[in-house]
Amino acid sequence: MNIAIIIYFLGWILNVEAVLMLLPCITALIYQESSGFYFLITLVICGALGAAITFRKPKNTVFYAKEGFVCVALSWIVLSIFGALPFYLSREIPVFEDALFEVISGFTTTGSSILTDVEALSRCMLLWRSFTHWVGGMGVIVFMLAVLPLAGGGYNMHIMKAESPGPSVGKLVPKVRQTAKILYLLYFGITVTQITLLLLSGMPLFDTICLSFGTAGTGGFGILNDSIASYTYLQQSIITLFMILFGINFNVYYLFLIRKPKDALCCEEARVYIGIIAVSTLIIGFNIRSMYPNLITAFHHAAFQVGTIITTTGFATADFDLWPELSKTILVLLMFCGACAGSTGGGMKVSRILIAVKQVKKELGSLVHPQSVKILRLEGKKLEHNVIRSANGYFLAYALIFAGSVLLISIDQFDFTTNVTAVAATFNNIGPGLAKVGPTCNWSGFSPFSKYIFMFDMLAGRLEIFPMLLLFAPGTWKKGF
Amino acid sequence: MKIIIVGCGKVGFTLAEKLNRENHDIILIDNDPNALRSITECVDVMGVTGNGAVYQVQIEAGIADADLMIATTNSDELNMLCCLIAKKAGNCHTVARIRNPEYSSEIKYIREELNLSLAINPELAAAMEISRLLRFPSAIKIDTFARGRIELLKFIVPNHSKLDNLKVMEVSTKLKCNVLICVVERGKKVVIPSGNFELQAGDKIYFIASQKDSMDFFQKVGIVNNGVKSLMIVGGGKLTYYLAKILKDTKIKLKIIELDRERCNELSELLPHAMIIHGDGSDQQLLAEEGLERMEAFASLTGFDEENIMLSLYAASRSNAKLITKVNRTAFEDVVNSLNLGSVIYPKLLTADLILQYVRAMQNSLGSNVETLYRIADDQAEALEFRVGNDAPMVGIPLEKLTLKKNLLVACINRRGRIITPRGKDTMEAGDTVIIVTTNKGLQDLKDILE
Repeated sequence: MNIAIIIYFLGWILNVEAVLMLLPCITALIYQESSGFYFLITLVICGALGAAITFRKPKNTVFYAKEGFVCVALSWIVLSIFGALPFYLSREIPVFEDALFEVISGFTTTGSSILTDVEALSRCMLLWRSFTHWVGGMGVIVFMLAVLPLAGGGYNMHIMKAESPGPSVGKLVPKVRQTAKILYLLYFGITVTQITLLLLSGMPLFDTICLSFGTAGTGGFGILNDSIASYTYLQQSIITLFMILFGINFNVYYLFLIRKPKDALCCEEARVYIGIIAVSTLIIGFNIRSMYPNLITAFHHAAFQVGTIITTTGFATADFDLWPELSKTILVLLMFCGACAGSTGGGMKVSRILIAVKQVKKELGSLVHPQSVKILRLEGKKLEHNVIRSANGYFLAYALIFAGSVLLISIDQFDFTTNVTAVAATFNNIGPGLAKVGPTCNWSGFSPFSKYIFMFDMLAGRLEIFPMLLLFAPGTWKKGF
Repeated sequence: MKIIIVGCGKVGFTLAEKLNRENHDIILIDNDPNALRSITECVDVMGVTGNGAVYQVQIEAGIADADLMIATTNSDELNMLCCLIAKKAGNCHTVARIRNPEYSSEIKYIREELNLSLAINPELAAAMEISRLLRFPSAIKIDTFARGRIELLKFIVPNHSKLDNLKVMEVSTKLKCNVLICVVERGKKVVIPSGNFELQAGDKIYFIASQKDSMDFFQKVGIVNNGVKSLMIVGGGKLTYYLAKILKDTKIKLKIIELDRERCNELSELLPHAMIIHGDGSDQQLLAEEGLERMEAFASLTGFDEENIMLSLYAASRSNAKLITKVNRTAFEDVVNSLNLGSVIYPKLLTADLILQYVRAMQNSLGSNVETLYRIADDQAEALEFRVGNDAPMVGIPLEKLTLKKNLLVACINRRGRIITPRGKDTMEAGDTVIIVTTNKGLQDLKDILE
């Protein structure tokens, strides 16, 4: 393990974080808020530390897959710890683990909050909360790859693999750096479109920016206590549309960009994803029909909730905890399904579900025709054995961590629904769960120990489990062997 | 540039690695997904699985806007087909590896008909390299600049030579030679020597000079540098055939030892001027009988690396012949280079190098100012040839007044065919070409040499 290069890398993360903090600083200046001062302090701390570390490049630049995974996991932890400082220093969130929870929830685009009164936060704090979503959505390290000329070489790929969601990571163009740039440009472009549309619909600028950041990263921090519920239907519909758009694999947008709409429309994963949304909305819409004045309103809320859950965003326009069992169950199932690979959404990803379903189909087929030979295909291409294997490994690790987390959380004596959906909501980076962690409640009731478990779950969920697990594997840190 | 490489073997891998380092966009096509995975994990390139000669696969790899297609699979026919389709599918330059002697003899026709920009034959290239070395046996490696007028030679300082313990600045004062020693390789260290640097026996030194001056230099240092007169080759493969063909018009007497009777007959038919011996090259008695001790050069060119290495080591113990050893696998380059094997020829690396040179030349026509580029001393240093433009900031300023980067040397100035070995008072003028030797990589323009 090459510790020197990992520390060097973390130094760059601090530099990037210092730059990111400029945005809340500017916000504080505009709104004349004194709490902006704490961002300035953190900015200086990050900048100084980062500059000191990156002043000199280590001689040993050996960088293998192992280093890549550890780097990514540690980067996210470091990023969160320093990102939490302004909240803690300004006493707007007085307990450190609460501040850390809030920021990890931000960076991992979860959107679970421990705050009982969001509106009490100052504007710059609100903006920083939402901005962490935007940064975390596409990935900090992908951003670093795009802007910093960190030594060429192949190791970029190790990093990108560890941070990008999905079973297999492909590049859009031959160079990692170019790929990262294209992804961020697309991301930026769609976000700006959303901001413009929301502005046209009459929303105040500050709200549009925060909500668009939250939508783009599929995060889910609102800036009002009732999340999105008090905005107009038009504005809610715009957000629904963009949530669903951000849940689609960005390769699809790239294909549109290079004028290959035919290929873009053929994307199997995106089609299934849209299909799931359509069917779920239909069922829930009819299921909750009696609770709303007319069918259109019912469908509006059904679509919003389905969109927010499947993309793992976590905004809410209605308290779905009060909905009938069928609708609640569908929503909980969608929590696990998640968005497309290569999008900003979390969860298991539609493509993994597709692989699982196809494998089950193949097993069934081989029971009927024991000698049959069948190759699994996804997007019309043969699935390599190692992709299937890693998807299966992911499912196993996912189940184990899920069960373990539920067990540890149950120490807090909450009911079963709360525990299971709380873990599901953090592990899949969604935000709200059911019962005590439903859309109108928050997470402040949990013990500090449970909060740390949730933090781990959020990070593990965002980084596709293995980078976080690797941090705790003894073999990672052993010297020499 | 966007470059598509078909075939992910040794040549493809080496090319992808080096071209990627020079900031080109590389897409590799190969049938074997495992080979592709292993390369995309360590080099920043993109892989496409499939048969490179299939139109659909080429389209997927983005042939439409590619600048260059390089086909280096094992099969000549497939390579030609790849290039042919690439030419039709996109408007790009094409490079194919074609090694079969039957095609090679009509390579000009093939190249014209298929519109190939470059057809490369690894064995032929290796044979050319060997023939150059035979004409200049003291050198280990020779690269040329300014259309062959200037040479970059590499050789090892022998024991008890005049160069031993000589300072670099004394080469011109004491020996009165007009050569410039620009890189010294000592063990694993690569240095651009200053005037006070002291040479030692065993150093591998690179120097730049015109052909006449380098002859002069070898003579004054006391190294006899007459071309060899007799050559013994073990192994009668394609490389041997090409080498013998090239050497036909020289006075070098050839003896080829080949194990296979049939092949001996073939060679004898193809190469009437050479003496063909049927026998086992590792038979010491046979070698002695055929006069190994008296040979001036000995080349081990069989298909087995191990045998070649052992043969050369044996020949070194029995004679003073100039040794040439062919090694196919590059995995243990360090170890092989540390042995006393004379000039080691890696046909695959040579192929990659030649293609690289072509790509660099192509790049030049697209804007960069590098005329020629050689990577020397195990890729740790570069020798670049630049053309001095009218607007270059250093025009007319004496070299001693310029603040050059560290580890950088202006090794040669070529003024309308006149070769100047630069001293402090010399200047660069517009229209000159200059050769820069440096361990700082990635120079794009002449002004990059300034601090």
